[in-house]
Amino acid sequence: MQELVNIFVKSIFIENMIFAYFLGMCSYLAVSKTVKTSMGLGIAVIFVLGITVPIDFLINKYLLSEGALAWISPSWAELDLSFLSFIMFIAVIASMVQLVEMVVEKFSPALYNSLGIFLPLIAVNCAILGGSLFMQEREYETLAEATVFGLGSGVGWLLAIVAIAAIREKIRYSQIPAPLRGLGITFIITGLMGIAFMAFMGIEL
Amino acid sequence: MSADTPKKEALFSAKNRRLLFNPLNKENPITVQVLGICSALAVTVKLEPAVVMAISVTLVTAFSNLSISLLRNTIPPRIRIIVQLVVIAMLVILVDEVLKAFYYDVSKQLSVFVGLIITNCIIMGRLEAFAMGNKPWPSFLDGIGNGVGYGWILIVVGLFREFFGSGTIWNFPVMEKLGVYNFGYKDNGLMILPPMALILVGVIIWIQRARNRELIEENK
Repeated sequence: MQELVNIFVKSIFIENMIFAYFLGMCSYLAVSKTVKTSMGLGIAVIFVLGITVPIDFLINKYLLSEGALAWISPSWAELDLSFLSFIMFIAVIASMVQLVEMVVEKFSPALYNSLGIFLPLIAVNCAILGGSLFMQEREYETLAEATVFGLGSGVGWLLAIVAIAAIREKIRYSQIPAPLRGLGITFIITGLMGIAFMAFMGIEL
Repeated sequence: MSADTPKKEALFSAKNRRLLFNPLNKENPITVQVLGICSALAVTVKLEPAVVMAISVTLVTAFSNLSISLLRNTIPPRIRIIVQLVVIAMLVILVDEVLKAFYYDVSKQLSVFVGLIITNCIIMGRLEAFAMGNKPWPSFLDGIGNGVGYGWILIVVGLFREFFGSGTIWNFPVMEKLGVYNFGYKDNGLMILPPMALILVGVIIWIQRARNRELIEENK
């Protein structure tokens, strides 16, 4: 249990998707104009990360990694299909996003109306594929660890995008040098926020 | 060049040249179109991975543009995203295997970011915006142009971060050879940390827009 809490806190603050790895920057910059829409996208990201990371964990553990196919027959134990992981992961993500979209539309139209437009965007959000690839690289042991890591990364991403959206709403009233307006100043603010987030780096968990 | 063009267009006509060179400055994928920033920043701690990444992305963009452009009339629009992803993923797997075989050190440094070329928005963006509606040769040039436009930003950022952060260029110890350490010079450790990449790109955008004022955004 302690281990799970550690992974959760670590993936939110210390290994924040945006500030430490720059994952999902494209939608982070494009959708962070108002707090309301960025909240919607953030929740959709948590949702999709929480589903795809555990599924990709199972696929990686029982189909792709070296010796994973031993459960079919011992003679298959030497197969190493890990070179297929990119294509499997992205296929899982694209189809899960589609599936989640359909399920949400059917069972909760209200949620669909607030999340709907963001879901297709998420299939190409690097944070989602990044979550799965980090899960593979860091070799999480159990399904629970992978799920917690996925959810934590999503929460960290939500935190970052809501924070920058709030700053951008305020900054509209300030005098910024003309060439820096919009994109430029957003980059620099994100950099400064990243420096602030580095305060968490010394924490040992 | 497709054979069915009735009047043969020159291989490097003015229009094709524009496709190749516009993305370098006026339509730069990173600073103007805001595409592909995800992987751009994390690989620029040193020059070498930045160059390798730039070359990989250029190749993947060019060849995925080419293949999607060849297939564009046979892809059903409803499932085009997944077709595009499969083409891109195949090319990225090729790049990844080549890197692992010949440049293992760099491949380790790039870690997950080679895989993340798949979701690099430049590639999807160019496929959607250009390759789905244009002939193979212009699409190929557009891919090269955008790849290089992405690459030069990476290389500039990588150069500055390596030079000021570790005092080397392409692992050659420039600062040490110049002997500036004897006068009490210290490498700036902040340059190696991730946030400085963002600030450097912000500064590049600032310089570019100050020189090219039509790119300045309206204050909304």
